[in-house]
Amino acid sequence: MISLWQIFLVFGKIGAFTIGGGIPMIAAIKSELVQRGWLNDEDFVDIITLAQTAPGLFAVNISILTGHRLRGTKGSVVATIASCLPPFLIILLVAMFFTNFKDNPYVIKAFKGIRPVVVALIGVPMIDMLKATKMRWWSWMVWIASMVLVCLLSVSPIYILICVIVVAAFISWYNGRQTTDNGQRTTHN
Amino acid sequence: MIYVELFLTFFLIGMFTIGGGYAMLSLIQNQVVTVHGWIDDTTFTDIVAISQMTPGPIGINSATYIGYEVLAKAGASEFMSILGSFTATFAVVLPSFIIVLLLAKVYNRWKDHPIFRGVMSGLRPAVLGLIGTAALSLATPENFIDWKSFVICIVAFIALYLKKLGPFSVIGLGALVGLVIY
Repeated sequence: MISLWQIFLVFGKIGAFTIGGGIPMIAAIKSELVQRGWLNDEDFVDIITLAQTAPGLFAVNISILTGHRLRGTKGSVVATIASCLPPFLIILLVAMFFTNFKDNPYVIKAFKGIRPVVVALIGVPMIDMLKATKMRWWSWMVWIASMVLVCLLSVSPIYILICVIVVAAFISWYNGRQTTDNGQRTTHN
Repeated sequence: MIYVELFLTFFLIGMFTIGGGYAMLSLIQNQVVTVHGWIDDTTFTDIVAISQMTPGPIGINSATYIGYEVLAKAGASEFMSILGSFTATFAVVLPSFIIVLLLAKVYNRWKDHPIFRGVMSGLRPAVLGLIGTAALSLATPENFIDWKSFVICIVAFIALYLKKLGPFSVIGLGALVGLVIY
C-alpha cells in the first residue's frame, strides 16, 4: 500500500521541479509514477484524457485523478496539496522579496535555454501517447482536426470536446444497438 | 469584503477554465484587470511572465501572485496579503477538486462500460491534439530567439524521446545551457 507520505513527497517533487505548467507534468509523472509501477500505461492515458477534458487546471486535475487512483479521496487531497505547495511558496517569496527576479540577467539567460526545452517537454509525451494509443484512421483525423481548429481557426477547445463526446457516445450507442439487433458484432470502430 | 470577492472571482475562473493555464490567463485578465480593476495591464504582464518562469502550473502561480498583490496594493499587512494569496489559490483549485473527484468516482464505476470506452477512445486523439496545440502555441519568436533555440529544442526532444534524460534533468540542462551560451 502506497503511503500518503510517499504520495506527498513524490508530488511535492513534481510540483517543485516542473517548469512550463501542466503538460510537462505528464513527462514528470510518467518518470516518477509509471517507472515506480504505481500506475500502468493504460490508466495513465485515461487520466490524461479526463484531466484535459474536465474543467480547471490540467496540472491540478492530474494530481487529483492520480492521487485518487493511488489512495482514493485522501490520496487526491494529499497529491493536490503536495503539487501546489512548492509553487505557492516560491511565488509568494517572489511576490514578497524578489519582484525583480525576472529582470535578473542570469535568470533571463537561463530561461532563454529553458523555453525551447518546454516545447520538447510537451511534444515528446504527446508522441509517446500517440504511439501507445490504438490509432485508427479516424483517430488521426480527430487529432489533426483538433490542432487545426484550435490553432488556425481559434475554435475554443470546449466545443471540440463537447462535439467529440456527443458523436462518440452516439456511435458507441449505435454500435451497441446493432449487436443486440442482429446478435452479430458490427465492428466499425 | 475583499477576501470574499477574491474567493468568488477565482472560484469562477477555476470552474470555467478548460484546456489549461493559458486559457485561464485570458479569463484572469478579464476579471482581474478589466472587471475589478485590481491590477493594471503592465503588472499583469509581469505576473504572467513570472508565472511561466517559476515551477508549477501557470494558473496556480498567477492566482497566488494576484491574490498577494490585490491585498498588498490595498495597503494590507504581509500576513493579510499572504492570506489573500491563499484565498485566491484555494478558490481556483476548489471547483476542479469537486468536479474531478466526482469524475474519478464515476470513472471507477463506469470505466468498462462500452459507451464510456467509446467516448474515451474518441476523446483521446482530441485531447492529444489539444496538447499538440499547446506545443504549437509555444513555437513563437519570443521562445525561439535564434538557431540555438532550435538546436536546444531538438536535442531535448531526442534526449527525452530516447529516454536518455528525464524531464527534470532536461529543464536543468536547458537552464545551464542558457546561462552559458547567452
